Amino acid sequence: MTESILPLLILLLPLIGFLLNGVVLPLVHRGFSKASAQEAGIVATLAIATSFVLAVVSVSGISGPVGHGENPAVGSFVYQWLEIGNLQIPFELRIDRLSGVLVLIITGVGSLIHLYSIGYMSHEKCVGRYFSYLNLFCFAMLLLVMGNNLPLLFFGWEGVGLCSYLLIGFWYADTEKANAGKKAFIVNRIGDLGFLIGMFLIYKTFGTLTITEIGQAIASGTILSTGLATGICLALFVGATGKSAQIPLFVWLPDAMSGPTPVSALIHAATMVTAGVYMIARLNPLFDLSPMAMSVIANVGAFTALMAGTIAIAQKDIKKVLAYSTVSQLGFMFLACGVGAYQTAVFHLMTHAFFKALLFLGSGSVIHACSGEQDMTKMGGLKKHLPHTYLTMLVGSLAISGIPIFSGFFSKDEILYSTIALPAGQSHLFIIGVITAALTAIYTGRMLAITFFGSERLEHEKLHHLHESPATMLVPLYVLAILATFGGLLGIPHLLGGFLGHLPHVLSGWLDPVIHTPHLPLVGIQLSLHEGVVMVGSIILAVGCFSLGFRAFREKFNVSQFIPSFTGAQKLWENKYYVDEIYHTIVVVPLRALADFSANIIDKLVIDNIVLSFGRATRDLGKRMRVIQTGDIQTYALGLAIGLITLLWMGHKLLP
Amino acid sequence: MTSCLLSWIIFTPLLMAVILFLLPKAWEQHFRSWALIASLANLLLSLKLWYGFDGQIGGFQFIEILPWIPSFGISYALGIDGISLPLVMLTAVISPIAILGTWPKAGNPLKKERFFVAMVLLLQTGMYGTFLATDLFLFYFFWEIVLIPMFFMIGIWGGKERVYATVKFFLYTMVGSLLMLVAIFYLVRTQQEVTGVPSAIMTNFNSVKIPLDQSSWGAALASPQMLLFLAFALAFVIKVPMVPFHTWLPDAHVQAPTLGSVFLAAVLLKMGTYGLMRVAIPFFPQSAAMLSPFFYALGIIGIIHGALCALGQTDFKRLVAYSSVSHMGYIIVGLFSFEKVALSGSLYQMINHGISAGGLFMIVGFLYERMHTRNLADFGGLAKVVPMMAVAFMIITLSSVALPGTNGFVGEFAILIGSFQVAPVVAAVCGLGVILGAVYALKAYQMVMLGPVSGHEGVQHLYDINAKEIAAMVGLAILVFGIGFFPEFFFAKSKATLEIYANGLVPFLK
Repeated sequence: MTESILPLLILLLPLIGFLLNGVVLPLVHRGFSKASAQEAGIVATLAIATSFVLAVVSVSGISGPVGHGENPAVGSFVYQWLEIGNLQIPFELRIDRLSGVLVLIITGVGSLIHLYSIGYMSHEKCVGRYFSYLNLFCFAMLLLVMGNNLPLLFFGWEGVGLCSYLLIGFWYADTEKANAGKKAFIVNRIGDLGFLIGMFLIYKTFGTLTITEIGQAIASGTILSTGLATGICLALFVGATGKSAQIPLFVWLPDAMSGPTPVSALIHAATMVTAGVYMIARLNPLFDLSPMAMSVIANVGAFTALMAGTIAIAQKDIKKVLAYSTVSQLGFMFLACGVGAYQTAVFHLMTHAFFKALLFLGSGSVIHACSGEQDMTKMGGLKKHLPHTYLTMLVGSLAISGIPIFSGFFSKDEILYSTIALPAGQSHLFIIGVITAALTAIYTGRMLAITFFGSERLEHEKLHHLHESPATMLVPLYVLAILATFGGLLGIPHLLGGFLGHLPHVLSGWLDPVIHTPHLPLVGIQLSLHEGVVMVGSIILAVGCFSLGFRAFREKFNVSQFIPSFTGAQKLWENKYYVDEIYHTIVVVPLRALADFSANIIDKLVIDNIVLSFGRATRDLGKRMRVIQTGDIQTYALGLAIGLITLLWMGHKLLP
Repeated sequence: MTSCLLSWIIFTPLLMAVILFLLPKAWEQHFRSWALIASLANLLLSLKLWYGFDGQIGGFQFIEILPWIPSFGISYALGIDGISLPLVMLTAVISPIAILGTWPKAGNPLKKERFFVAMVLLLQTGMYGTFLATDLFLFYFFWEIVLIPMFFMIGIWGGKERVYATVKFFLYTMVGSLLMLVAIFYLVRTQQEVTGVPSAIMTNFNSVKIPLDQSSWGAALASPQMLLFLAFALAFVIKVPMVPFHTWLPDAHVQAPTLGSVFLAAVLLKMGTYGLMRVAIPFFPQSAAMLSPFFYALGIIGIIHGALCALGQTDFKRLVAYSSVSHMGYIIVGLFSFEKVALSGSLYQMINHGISAGGLFMIVGFLYERMHTRNLADFGGLAKVVPMMAVAFMIITLSSVALPGTNGFVGEFAILIGSFQVAPVVAAVCGLGVILGAVYALKAYQMVMLGPVSGHEGVQHLYDINAKEIAAMVGLAILVFGIGFFPEFFFAKSKATLEIYANGLVPFLK
């Protein structure tokens, strides 16, 4: 590992931006809400954009050819954070080829979203607060991916959770939004406990928490039982289900949409929610030890993808569609992890960061244009009013639907193929994957159709204000559109690459030093018929389903309007399978009752009463004893006499 | 080592209190400044101590020994090691911060201001003395001294039910302490039988081996060592307070004036865990080890029950009081795990809880003084009205929920990862407190600061924190993030002591 100050600078720049916007500017302006969107936004954007430039420099430093067994990385050892006996936790940052990809996404997509926010937040108050949180988030997220030990990763992990909490509840005067932030934090904390326990188990097993050392220990043959490995992996995965919104802890992400839309794009689509996928890819030698945990991950991912896909098809709120779509796409990534195709998961993570950030920013542009309206059924016909937004969102939609050339096609196809081609793959995973891919194309087409086509249903006043977004918002949209279009070329499947003259799967080769997967289907030697069948099938499916969704849902918004027998399912999907209600009944209500019971019954009536009864008993004893103190000399003399006689008798009996 | 620095630290507040009584009544509005000056003087002395303290040495330093009552083996013996150093520093730092943060508002002076300030100073003498005494009788002496100012602070300047609360507090802690006194007598007598010379100096007890019959639970419980352990432990766990001996705490907190609450939460509770760490566990390690499952259980119950009770409160101050019960549970678990990392974590957590709980009580105080209510339902949306207070409250909340980067994380993490090595299930169950802690802390934050602005009439009297209060909060924030990012800087000097301490317990680790 090359020692370098760059990783530290990349990390600190957003923190400096946070301090400037959070502390210095309020001091200069003598107030929290005085800085303008331009001022605060430029400070924050410059901070993260400089980070991006430095990230490019660092990553290009590790891009040279590598020999067998080499793992190029740049790192900064900053200082010893915590040291108690054998527990050594250095504050050490590391950019290798895996974290490098993430650092580029975070700073690159992050810069675009910061820039976009300047336009988006221009009408808001307290923009200084907004931008400071956004910078703080980047700091925490960079720490998460660059930290070379699990406590540091956890530092970032909880830090992004905090920023997510603060930004979801940015408009805190609205109780519902504040609740959404709180829900996100608490649900994530449940997952974090799993992560903590996984970390403790790792420390107990390996005696270290440094990620590179854990990998080395496994490579050099540290024996650990399958049961223990499964325990560790599942505990860590519980953490991942929290942060990356998988079954059963996905419930916070849809609510998290109450934050400003650029936040949804950055935190709840492109970066933070992929932390669980990153963590699993990062610890891939560990996860390889437990086929059972891997199977759980693949299945949870698959079923989450399917479930969220069905919910997305029935939502009216444009951001809710995208939120469930994100849950679904994250499920795809876990599915890939679970069958051992880590680099495919990272590939999809990357393309998803492009097209989902694009879709969210596009939806933000729509919402901005429609004066805050989020209900798609009240929009319609926006295409001619918002041509740029439409064009870029169309690109994003084609990408997520898996239409060829666009990036999503490559990564999604790779995942689908992995589920049958890899030894850990299972046919039911493939089938679920195909169904979900079909659903994805349908709901994306539906979203696009309802929003941009059909009749103009917007309220008169909002229609009057309708305007295309300013350049600060459009530039990021176009940049992301380009990335969403061509990003997939980093992972050309072998079949196509072979046709076109041995084009390599760039990303897979790039990640090779970090993720060793012996069975990668896409760099295999023989041309597979399967691969071709899956590819052609998935193209037909994507094109067919996208145009179906796109054409069918212009004036009719729900599946049940076409197929009456789906009325029940429609209701189920609209209400998100009632999961929130179920959790409310089995967790929230009992917890409140238990808290009430503990506070008022156990503590007050039982414990405190026992304590007080000691006091009362003492007082009562005193009252009884008081009766003896009559003040009557004769009574006292009688007592004296009885005592004397007793003593004499005792002396007579007991003394020799 | 004849600088008497420790004596100066202990008696400067007392001296200042005596001088205070010589000041004319006309200067009443300056009495607080006097307390602040005294506390700052002590902070300077403590910093001198900190710089002078040699972190390489594991034993007591700055030792002072004078015979006091030789026939009973009682001496005036002081010393400081890596365990007491952080606690002395905590007291030294929290005192001026607490005084600044609870400054009475103009036109709103306290009745009997002179006596109040004197009690604040006397309290400091008691706290420093408890942490610095190395003679058991002297320890007991300062331990009890602390009760007096606290009794008056709650009883005179407390809320409506102050008499009930202060009597409960006083009697409860007194009963526990008396058993400790008996145990001290017994210990000194045994020591005299062994060595021929009576002495109550703590370090002299290493040679005294009091038997513990471990053949059966009944025999063990009747053994002198176990009885002595229980006598000490009872005094300490009442002070901590450990569930089920905690019910005096919410009442005392709710009735106490803010400054009293801050000292109570930040420092006084630590006397209990300090006692466990200083006396009960190292003097009677077999008994402590034998009972550790029992203490684990009570520690866990404390964490969970405390958190649930906090969640069930409608009174802001009571909520914070129960959060203390919950957080102190971690320290109990860490101490009885006998594991080095967890033991160190427990010491860290004592300091960290002092900072976060002290800060939370100050926030409650800010609001109560302005709005005259502590009812959570009366608040809401205040972040719009008092943004700086909201920031301060957020920082302390983060410390309280042990977010990495704040001081709270360092201690809690060390306790959990350390005790996980010897008792995985215990640590995992303790982890539930991590979740519940977030639930009640965020609930409190939201009910006070977020949502639409409350319609309570007190909101009209609400104004943001003033310069002194800002200074106090900035001081706390520096500690929160300073310890969170650079724990080694703050705790490096405790390393050698903790190393020896933990190694001494290794033979008893089951």
